[in-house]
Order: sequence, then structure tokens, then C-alpha cells
Amino acid sequence: MIGQYVADGVVTGATLALGAIGLTLTYNILRFANFAHGELLTFGAYFALLFAGAFAGAQTFGTLSFGAGFVLATAGAALATALVALALDRFLFRPLRKSEIAVTLVIASFGASLMLRNVVVFVWGPEPEYYSRAISIASEIVPGVRLTSDELFVVALTAVLMLALHLFLARTRLGKAMRAVSDDPALALVAGIDVQRVIRATWIIGGALAAIAGVLFGLTVQVLPDMGATLILSMFAAAILGGVGSIYGAVLGGLLIGVAQSTSVAWIGPAYKPGVAFVLMLLALMFFPRGLLGEKR
Amino acid sequence: MSTAALEVRELVAGYTPEVDILKGIALEVAEGEIVTVLGPNGAGKSTLIKAIAGLVAVRSGAVRLFGDEIAGVEPHRMVRRGLAYVPQTRNVFARLSVEENLEMGAIARRDSAAVAHDLERVYALFPRLAERREQSAGTLSGGERQMVAVGRALMAGPRVLMLDEPSAALSPHLTNLVFAKVREVRTSGVTILMVEQNATAALAISDRGYVLADGRERISGEARELLANPEVGALYLGVRRGLAA
Amino acid sequence: MIDYLVFFAIQATIFAVVCLGLNLQWGYTGLFNIGVAGFFAVGAYAFAILCGPTYASHLGGFGLPYPVGLAGALLAAALIALVAGIPTLRLREDYLAIVTIGFGTVLQLVALNAAWLTGGSQGATGIPRPLADWLAPATGRNLLMLAVTAGTVFAVYAALEAMVRSPWGRVLKAIREDEAAAASLGKNAFAFRLQAFVIGSSIMGLGGALYASFIGFISPQDFLPIVTFQVWAMLIVGGSGNNKGAVLGAVLMWGVWTASGSAAQALLPADLQVKGGAAQIILIGLVLMLTLILRPRGLVGEEAVVSREARVRPATPQAVRAPPAGGAPLA
Repeated sequence: MIGQYVADGVVTGATLALGAIGLTLTYNILRFANFAHGELLTFGAYFALLFAGAFAGAQTFGTLSFGAGFVLATAGAALATALVALALDRFLFRPLRKSEIAVTLVIASFGASLMLRNVVVFVWGPEPEYYSRAISIASEIVPGVRLTSDELFVVALTAVLMLALHLFLARTRLGKAMRAVSDDPALALVAGIDVQRVIRATWIIGGALAAIAGVLFGLTVQVLPDMGATLILSMFAAAILGGVGSIYGAVLGGLLIGVAQSTSVAWIGPAYKPGVAFVLMLLALMFFPRGLLGEKR
Repeated sequence: MSTAALEVRELVAGYTPEVDILKGIALEVAEGEIVTVLGPNGAGKSTLIKAIAGLVAVRSGAVRLFGDEIAGVEPHRMVRRGLAYVPQTRNVFARLSVEENLEMGAIARRDSAAVAHDLERVYALFPRLAERREQSAGTLSGGERQMVAVGRALMAGPRVLMLDEPSAALSPHLTNLVFAKVREVRTSGVTILMVEQNATAALAISDRGYVLADGRERISGEARELLANPEVGALYLGVRRGLAA
Repeated sequence: MIDYLVFFAIQATIFAVVCLGLNLQWGYTGLFNIGVAGFFAVGAYAFAILCGPTYASHLGGFGLPYPVGLAGALLAAALIALVAGIPTLRLREDYLAIVTIGFGTVLQLVALNAAWLTGGSQGATGIPRPLADWLAPATGRNLLMLAVTAGTVFAVYAALEAMVRSPWGRVLKAIREDEAAAASLGKNAFAFRLQAFVIGSSIMGLGGALYASFIGFISPQDFLPIVTFQVWAMLIVGGSGNNKGAVLGAVLMWGVWTASGSAAQALLPADLQVKGGAAQIILIGLVLMLTLILRPRGLVGEEAVVSREARVRPATPQAVRAPPAGGAPLA
């Protein structure tokens, strides 16, 4: 039984991890906690819903619940969400960075979060949506553990994206520049790095990953205007637990939180699941504030 | 008369709107020279370099790089124009490796063959760094970090290099080493402007120098002359008494 | 019409009370509490338990007098704030923000699930008005309720004004502006912050009790993040750091809310009502954003308790700006 909980936790954790990566990137490079990040997941999921309608094709891949049309829709959603993230930065956060009141950005992002999820309600309505009405059959992967193909896909895709991101940051010019800016933005300017460009790249990557996370959540659970908001606390917990600024930390944190939440159901029941992430985050902040994989500053 | 590598005229600059740190500085560095700017704390030495680098707002006056006006240009574009700057503190990317730090210096360059060549030259100049290529810059000693900082600036292929107190926090032995390297860099055709506290050692390798006090240049001349000039000492020790504002 | 205005005034003044509590935390102490709804809820439920009728499914039935209920709400919120604040008030402000969201979420979860305490999703009903047995006609009862809430605003306002002008208040401001300097003078920043946090939260709880009393029944749905959002918007628009601003912001933004709500009800067909609600929130959000960008000090702005010449703008820790100005002058 515990195996099933862990497996479920890994699936949720993978989604959290993708969302947390974007959050930790913007938190580290831009030095502020973006409460509207959850809404990037929500927007990604709804964009995919929108585009999937346009790309409607019946062919699905094997035992997965979706086909090429949906993959295209997701790619489109990632792009669209990246644009939303850029717009958010350009029209809300950038003007406020010049403000003298330091924490204005966080208040603004909290406000943006509420606004954005209500934009979704306004346009789409409050009812839950699903990408596919087909019933997904769970098959036994390992004795005692049953997962659907979609759920396996979530874990696999997360692993692939994480690897791709690592290679990007370690091997490419832009990736190294992002790391440099996250290390020391003032020195980056001096060295000739176009910091504004790096900021834009951060929003694009963070937004795209968040969109994919949203789609994956929508795929395995459901699509709701509140979905990002219900996950934001866990994503912050994952980023903080793993160490703000560390991609691997965000992934590790996401998996830990996912598994902890899932297994906690056995002891405290499903009602207080979100509280588990909160408690873990609190413990991290109190006892090891740099996080598990966070580097010394 | 050939264009000066770096020319500063009537420069007024400061950090906060109410206070001018630089009150109308004039200074010139000819191509291929090593010029040192000296002065007591508060004179504006660091502010001068930062203003030239575009990090502090220029209120009035001119800053010209090989005849082109650069006041108001964004800091990250200076490198493209051939001006590189090594800050005094926090001058390496601690979480990047030595080699990645050097690569960052060349971030704005497109000529990858020349960049690779320059990387080898930097390693030739600082053999210690070649040994520690993959090491994280934050784990290096002070002297090694200074080498990385200078190396990073050199990777930009600059025509003019500005150094802010390169010998700060270094032992006398390392100070001599750093200054020796600075001379080596000059032989490859780079013009150098240095701000320094260690007047004697810096003037020993410089062609000319300026002594700043209260936001203006008070004394200037050949390095040899400055070393022998008693007024220089007086400026360091008893600046504000007796000087007209 | 009168009834409508009285209703409006009651709700506006209840929000004003909560906003005053937030102002103490944020405006005067720089504490970033995004868990406002949680403390509001604590006060509401405490009042329901203390003053409400006997509930079949959960705790209650003490039938205590009205003032005792209010005091109880205050104390309950204070207690929760103490428990929440001790481990967390040393955290950096944006971490505190994240943590307080967590508090708000957890408190709402408890309200939803601890049915033995709160009635769960059914909530608590039959919560009494002040002097419920004495006045029969509705108008009279409403006016009395208004008197109670308005009176509370005055009392809280007066108390806070006295507090912030006192030596205690000046230390608070010093800590907000430059903690290191205050600490070097021997002031225990943490203790002061905790006091401001607890007092501010207890005021929010008081507001919650008034809310419970006014509406008569409460459920976890009344304490969602939207409440926190509304109170923050009120404070920012009114002017944080200024108690007048807090009250003004509350009245003004409540006006915007109800006006837009009425417009939505009048203009939209029934099936679009939920979307109308969403539009209201978007509108409030836009007002908040515009205020932050165009007039960040709010309508009234922070009042100068110290002479203007002596004021120094706090340094902004924004690291990413091109070009980075405002660095410490080195020569």
C-alpha cells in the first residue's frame, strides 16, 4: 500500500517540480517571490484546452490519453504562457522594480494572482474541465503499484525536461549568462551581459515550464481556475526545501513534498494534505534555511 | 595629435541627487599608457571609474573613448566598445567555475576563434588559473580571485582596462605579482587606468598619475615626479585643512 | 434606502477594523501578513462558539454576553498569532509573506474539516446581534449594529493612534526603517515585531467577531484568500502607514466592490453572475495595480510623525536595475 502512495506522490511531485523550477529561477534571478506563478500553470492548462479544441484529432498515442494534436496544443500553450509571463513582467513588475517600496512587487504579484485566476473564471467559467473524457486504465507497474500511462508520461517528461534544462544551463552561452546573473547581477552588467535579455529568458523558461506543469496536472487530475492557487504553496515549499536558486533542489523538493503529502494521507487523512507542504516548508525555514541543495551565498 | 584612449572633461557625478562626489574632473590617458589615480578615502577615485564605466550617473561633462562620447551608455555595452572594468570587491562569479568566469568576459564577442586564442593567453598570463579551470571561483584564494577578475576583463578583448584597487586585500608579494602582470598586459597593447591606495607600488609601474582630493584632480604628472613630490604626501595625510573648497 | 446605507456602513466599518489591524502590522512594522483571512476567521468562530446557541454538531452553546464574545475573539486571534509568530517573525519579509499565506490556508482548512469545532462546511448559524433580545424592529437592530461597529472603529483608531505616537510606536518605526541601528540601541526587534503582530491579528479577530455577529452565520467559504486580497487592496489604496488611510481605503474600496457588484447584478443575466463576481475581483485588482504603479503611497500616504527634514528614504534592496545606482560610495 505504501508503494502506491509513494508512486502517486512521485507523479504529483513531478508536476510540482516543474512548477517549482520556474519559481526558483525567477525568485533567484529577480529576487522576489512571485505569487502569480501558480496562475502561469493555470493559464498553461487552459491555453492547452483552447488549442486542443483547434487541433482536435482522434489519434491517441498507444495507451496515452492524448495524441499529436494535444502535444501541439501543449507546445502552443507553453509559448502563449511564456508571452503572458513576459507581459506580466513588462507591464506590472518592471515598472514596480523602480519603486522605492521594496515589497511592492510581492503585493503586486499576490494581486495579479487573484486577478489572473478570475480572468480565467470570467472567460471560461468556474467548472472543472478535462482534456479527455476517456477513462484511463491503470496498470500494475510493480507489485502493489498501479499507474496510468499518462502518469508515467508525466514522470518521464519531467525527467527529460530537467535534463534538458541542466544541459542548457551548463553548456550554452545563455544558460551560463543566466547563472552569472543569478550569482551577481551587478557584476554581470559590468562583464557585458545584457541582463534585461537574461530576465526575459528567465520569464520565458519559467513560464513555459509552468505551462507544461499545468497541462500535466490537468492531464492527471483536472483543469480548474484555482488549480495554480492550490499548488502555489506547495511549489514555494518545494523551492525553499530544495534551496532557492537550485534547479535540482526544486526537483528534489517537489518530489519530497509530493511523496510526503501522498503518504500523509495514510495517517492524517486527505483533508489536511496541503498543510503537509506548509509544515515541511516551515521546518526548512526554521532549521535549514538554505535548503537541501542550496549553495552558500 | 592622436586621439586619447580615454578622455574625461569637467565630469560631475554622484550617487544621490543632492550630492556630487565628482566636481568637474579632467583626465586623459593616451593609448598604451598606464595611468594611476590616487587620493585619500572620499576623494572620489572609485566613483570616477564607476562613472566612466556607466555605473554611476554622469550629471555633466564628457567621457570619451577613442574620441567617441560614452557618457550615458549602458554599462553592459561598454565592453563592446572596448572598455573593460574590474571592480574592487565582488568581482568574480562565485558559483561559476574559473573557466566559466572567463567565458563570461567574452559573452559579447562573436569571434569564437579569437576568443579561444584569448583564453589561452589568459591562462599563459595566469598559469595558476589553468590548473584550476573547473574549480568554483568562490573557493579560490584572494589573489587567485583577483587573477580571475582581471582575466575576465581581458577576455573581452578590451582596448582600455580599468582596475579598481587591484592590490586591495593582497599581501605585498601578491601585490607585486599583480602589478607585474598589469605591465605584461600593457605590452600587448592595452591601455590601463588604475585606481590605487598603494601609491608607491602603483606609481612604480605607471607612466603618469593623478591625485584626487574632494572630487577634483589636484596634482598630475609623470609617475616619477609624483613619487618625489612632497605635496602628494600632504594630500594623503592632511587633505581638508587649508585647501580651498 | 436607509437600510442599504446602514448595511453598507456596517460592512465598511467591519473592514475598516480589519484594515487597521493590518496597518499596524504592515504600515507601522513592515510585517507582511497575507494570512489576514485566517485571523479574521479565528475571531469569527471564537465569537460563534462563545455567544452562539447550542449546536447539535459542534462546540458552542455557552451563550456568553456580547462583550465577552468580542473579548474572546480578540484573545483567540492573539493566541493563534502568538503561536504562529514565534517561529516565523525572524524570517525575511518575503518568506514571512509565504508563511502567512500558509497560515491562512491551514486555518481555513481547519475551519473546513474540524467539524467538532467549527461545524465544518456547514458552518455556524444563529450567531447573535448585540442586545438581540431587546430590539425587535430590523432598522433599530441594524442601527445598533452600526453603532457597535463604528464605535469599534473609533476605539481601535484611537488606541492605535495613541500607541504609534508613544515611545513603543517610535521604536517600532525605528525597527522598520533600520533594524540594525535599533538593535544597537538595545531594542529587541523580535519582541516588538511579535507584539505588533499579535495586536494587529487580535484586531483582525475582533473584526471577524463583528462580522459573525452581523451576518448571523459563517462558513469556511467566508474566509477565502479573497478577503485577504480585499483588505490589502483597501490598505494600499487608502495609504499604508496611516490609520486614516486604512479607514478611508476600507470605505472607498468597499464602495467600489458593492457598486460593481450591483452593476454586475443589474446588467448580467443570472447564468453569468459568477462571471460578474470574477469581474469584480479583476476590477479591484486593477485599482490596486494602478495605485501601486502610479501612487504607491496611497491616497492619504504615510504621515510624517517625524519632521520632514529628518526623514531618510529607506534603501531599496532591489538588486536588478540597469544601471545600478545608489551603491555605497567608496573613494
